[in-house]
Amino acid sequence: MFDFSIVTTWFDSLLRDTCGLSSFWAILIECVLVGVFILAAYAILAILLIFMERKVCAAFQCRLGPMRVGPWGIFQVIADVLKMLIKEIFAVDKADKLLYAIAPILVLVGSVGAFSFMPWNNGATILDFNVGIFLMTAISSIGVIGIFIAGWSSNNKYSVISAMRGAVQMISYEMSLGLCLITAVILTGTMQVSGIVEAQSGPFGWLIFQGHIPAIIAFLVFLVTGNAEANRGPFDLAEAESELTAGYHTEYSGMGFGFFYLAEYLNLFIVAGVASMVFLGGWMPIHIGVEGFDKVMDYIPGIVWFIGKAFALVWVLMWIRWTFPRLRIDQILKLEWKYLMPLSLLNLVLMTIIVAFGWYIK
Amino acid sequence: MKLNNIVLNANDFANEMAKLRNEKHFDFLVTIVGEDFGEEGFGCIYILENTQTYERISVKVVAADRNNPFLPSVTHLWKAADLMEREVYDFFGIKFVGHPDMRRLYLRSDFKGYPLRKDYDMDPEKNKPNMFDDPEPDYTLQYSLDKDGNLVENRHKLFGEDDYVVNIGPQHPATHGVLRLQTILDGEVIRKIYPHLGYIHRGVEKISEGYTYPQTLAFTDRLDYLSATMNRHALVGVIEEAMEVELTDRIKYIRTIMDELQRLNSHLLFYSCCAQDVGALTAFIYGMRDREQVINVMEETTGGRLIQNYYRIGGCQADIDPNFVQNVKKLCAYMKPMFKEYQDVFTGNVIMENRFKNVGVLSREDAISYGCTGGTGRATGWKNDVRKHHSYGVYDKIDFKEITYENGDSYDRYMVRMKEMEQSVHIMETLIDNIPEGDFYIKQKPIIKVPEGQWYFSCEGSRGEIGVFLDSKGDKSPYRLKFRPMGLPLVSALDTMLKGEKIADLIAVGASLDYVIPDIDR
Amino acid sequence: MEVKQPHIKSIPYAEFKDNDTLEQIMKELNEGGVNVVVGSLDQAINWGRSNSLWSLTFATSCCGIEFMSVGCARYDFARFGFEVTRNSPRQADLIMCAGTITNKMAPVMRRLYDEMADPKYVIAVGGCAISGGPFKSSYHVVRGIEEIVPVDVFIPGCPPRPEAILYGMMQLQRKVKVEKFFGGANRKEKKPIVITDVPKDFDKDKE
Repeated sequence: MFDFSIVTTWFDSLLRDTCGLSSFWAILIECVLVGVFILAAYAILAILLIFMERKVCAAFQCRLGPMRVGPWGIFQVIADVLKMLIKEIFAVDKADKLLYAIAPILVLVGSVGAFSFMPWNNGATILDFNVGIFLMTAISSIGVIGIFIAGWSSNNKYSVISAMRGAVQMISYEMSLGLCLITAVILTGTMQVSGIVEAQSGPFGWLIFQGHIPAIIAFLVFLVTGNAEANRGPFDLAEAESELTAGYHTEYSGMGFGFFYLAEYLNLFIVAGVASMVFLGGWMPIHIGVEGFDKVMDYIPGIVWFIGKAFALVWVLMWIRWTFPRLRIDQILKLEWKYLMPLSLLNLVLMTIIVAFGWYIK
Repeated sequence: MKLNNIVLNANDFANEMAKLRNEKHFDFLVTIVGEDFGEEGFGCIYILENTQTYERISVKVVAADRNNPFLPSVTHLWKAADLMEREVYDFFGIKFVGHPDMRRLYLRSDFKGYPLRKDYDMDPEKNKPNMFDDPEPDYTLQYSLDKDGNLVENRHKLFGEDDYVVNIGPQHPATHGVLRLQTILDGEVIRKIYPHLGYIHRGVEKISEGYTYPQTLAFTDRLDYLSATMNRHALVGVIEEAMEVELTDRIKYIRTIMDELQRLNSHLLFYSCCAQDVGALTAFIYGMRDREQVINVMEETTGGRLIQNYYRIGGCQADIDPNFVQNVKKLCAYMKPMFKEYQDVFTGNVIMENRFKNVGVLSREDAISYGCTGGTGRATGWKNDVRKHHSYGVYDKIDFKEITYENGDSYDRYMVRMKEMEQSVHIMETLIDNIPEGDFYIKQKPIIKVPEGQWYFSCEGSRGEIGVFLDSKGDKSPYRLKFRPMGLPLVSALDTMLKGEKIADLIAVGASLDYVIPDIDR
Repeated sequence: MEVKQPHIKSIPYAEFKDNDTLEQIMKELNEGGVNVVVGSLDQAINWGRSNSLWSLTFATSCCGIEFMSVGCARYDFARFGFEVTRNSPRQADLIMCAGTITNKMAPVMRRLYDEMADPKYVIAVGGCAISGGPFKSSYHVVRGIEEIVPVDVFIPGCPPRPEAILYGMMQLQRKVKVEKFFGGANRKEKKPIVITDVPKDFDKDKE
């Protein structure tokens, strides 16, 4: 596999040795470049995902979706973004102005933060701490605070109800989400993102193959909880268009609303990305132990594998969103606390036993 | 039916009504018609039905004093009277003694005068809209009589100090129009709902009094636009009955088929909106897609997509399209597999069942007391299909099932409609091959005058009994025309159904009740 | 550089009715010329705005059902960029006023319009919204929403067919395309609505 760290090491030595920059300046330049890359990738992916959702949902609904703006409507989302950028922004009377302004940014921070952990390719993981997964769940929960204070500060009753719903739902589902990840970590033996991916090499090395039953259970539970974390149907209670008009972002116009909108789609991608990273081997190609086949698979770059897996999962999540009706708040909590949470706990024990006795596929 | 009113005195009115209700089983209050009887004073006509024998009677009572009219309330006998009496108060200013909540129902609380009185000035210049918010009172009024027989006014607070009140509506995606539900919440749980109506009150009844009979027909389609033909059928029916027009069989067949097409159309929209309100947007689009097929068939004959304007006094506007028979057959063949698809996409879904089952339960007694006809009533086990029990058209000649369920929850209400669609298809299939030859229109005089008297005629609309009360003085325009809205009882029953349920259930129950606001507000 | 004739994909300019109004607007905007940079920016912005008109779900009666049909499988206004209907007025760009506006609804309608963020447009759908329609002689109906809010496009019909609604929305797109964001917008409230007849004791309790 091509190791992207060759490029990064070369660039680092270019700055330090060839240009003779001090350590401070070299790191500064690298950080800025990486930051620009993250934001650019974030924006492009959001636009892609929104366009994809429109087309996918149109296909499910016997419609065509955007057709007129550019060929097959590919510039539709760009037009939307352009419009949203120049739409009037105002603060609502008697709203808590400071919190009202901070909230969309917090949501964005949470999702950009989590986004930076994605393993794009071999050696191209941007944030790669030894507590990677753990830190990622921590950062992504900033989004809950964003949603909560958005609802609270709007001075709108619908928003408050929606904020309560959002907070309750997301905090609850983080339990199962974390447990699923821990289940995976037991098998991989590391929390580091690159380590997790490395641990899934070899024939049938993907975690859902390696950890068979408990891993598959964890994967499915993760998809459900991840969907709930991303606030998408059938768990879109916080937004609940037909109940609470637009939920926590009822009072946001222009880019304030745009941030929530972008973050929603990126969270979708993050959920799919993490699922493919932890359970489907991230950028790791599929290996079946036959040398010729494995070699061919290795020729496909890691980034294609990763994005391919992530988008396949995104598609599944969209399919779910456009098929199911919305749950009710008590049903959502019942699902989490009575079924998913005990299931993940049992699953955790099961995985521990399997790892302890070495019953997984080596 | 021509009304032979039992005239009661205002003093022993309450006792007599209680006797009718408790001893003679007239436990379904069909409607209360407020009327300005001129010299006689203001009064009401109560139309009652015996739910065991389906016999109907009408009771007339007049408040003698024109300046300060009041009548005893019957809210303790029929819960339906709650909103109906408020409606009469709103339009005629008759105060109902003992009614717990005597506020205006349709009009703004700062509206001056009572519009349906004959002396009300309809001049547009004098009825300009106010551009500031309605200064609504936060108390209710209850009138009672003191020892000397004078009216005494008591005020009750609507809300407590710590109540969290949310206005759901008038502009809200799930209220199917401009209904406003003032909801007191306790967290997510609903404690009380005060419905506010009138955001689309257009004064159809009052305008009709100034128009000729053929002119009034145009309004019916715009009341409940989803049962446009049934509404019109009711109005045309009452006029034809009063004028004793004998219709040919062809007209009756055409009207019956059109009514069923319209019912199919409306129930498909119901299915779609149900799905949309609980968030299943794909199912919503599937329902709307098939609705277009129904519209195609109707459009070829009537020329209208939503509003048909097809019936007229003495028949129909035009004969059916040559392709009509064939198209209806095609439609029936097309629809049958679709019912299976709806089952797969939405009805069989476990989330949908969780959202609908045991939610918004209405008991049979309450359904009758509130007068919730149509699918809502039949879901509780109350057999109230007008097509069966007060037959019109050719419904008495055909064999179709009256769908009833037992539980009275949202799921049953939903299922009643889904099964009724199948029955509609069945009815159309039975009739379509046998449309007899004959005239599609029986020629009437250029100026239509209806003989003196009072009539009431009802049809089975898509969401209940649509009735029309006509009081004629022998002129070319009605003296009083009153529509029995299908949705009003449903809205008045909302509070009973939803106490203690969640906000999300309000949406689900609203979807399953399938009210159409312009029909309620008129 | 000048404000150009609006172009709708695959429909020739001449096939639209009421081009005089647009030409009048264009003439006014072109008086005094247009800066090249600003003009190009304006074009980009107008392209974005006109292709992304999100409407508020606002329907009072019959026309609302036809509006729903426009959003559904057969007509599908998502093709033209009206993809999303927003339930919150803050995020909507236009009100499709579908249905009768009564006296009781009028202040609500006005408030919804005020709550919307600029740029905002109004389409009056159907006879009732245009003039009161069949209910013109009623005591409780506003005779055309132009009394309450400024209207950009009128779509006649009772109710208008979905094709007519699509046509009306395209007309609005054309109108949006001849706007200037920089250097003076051409859209002004025709007559400001000043509320004078509020009762003196109104709102007293709330303070």
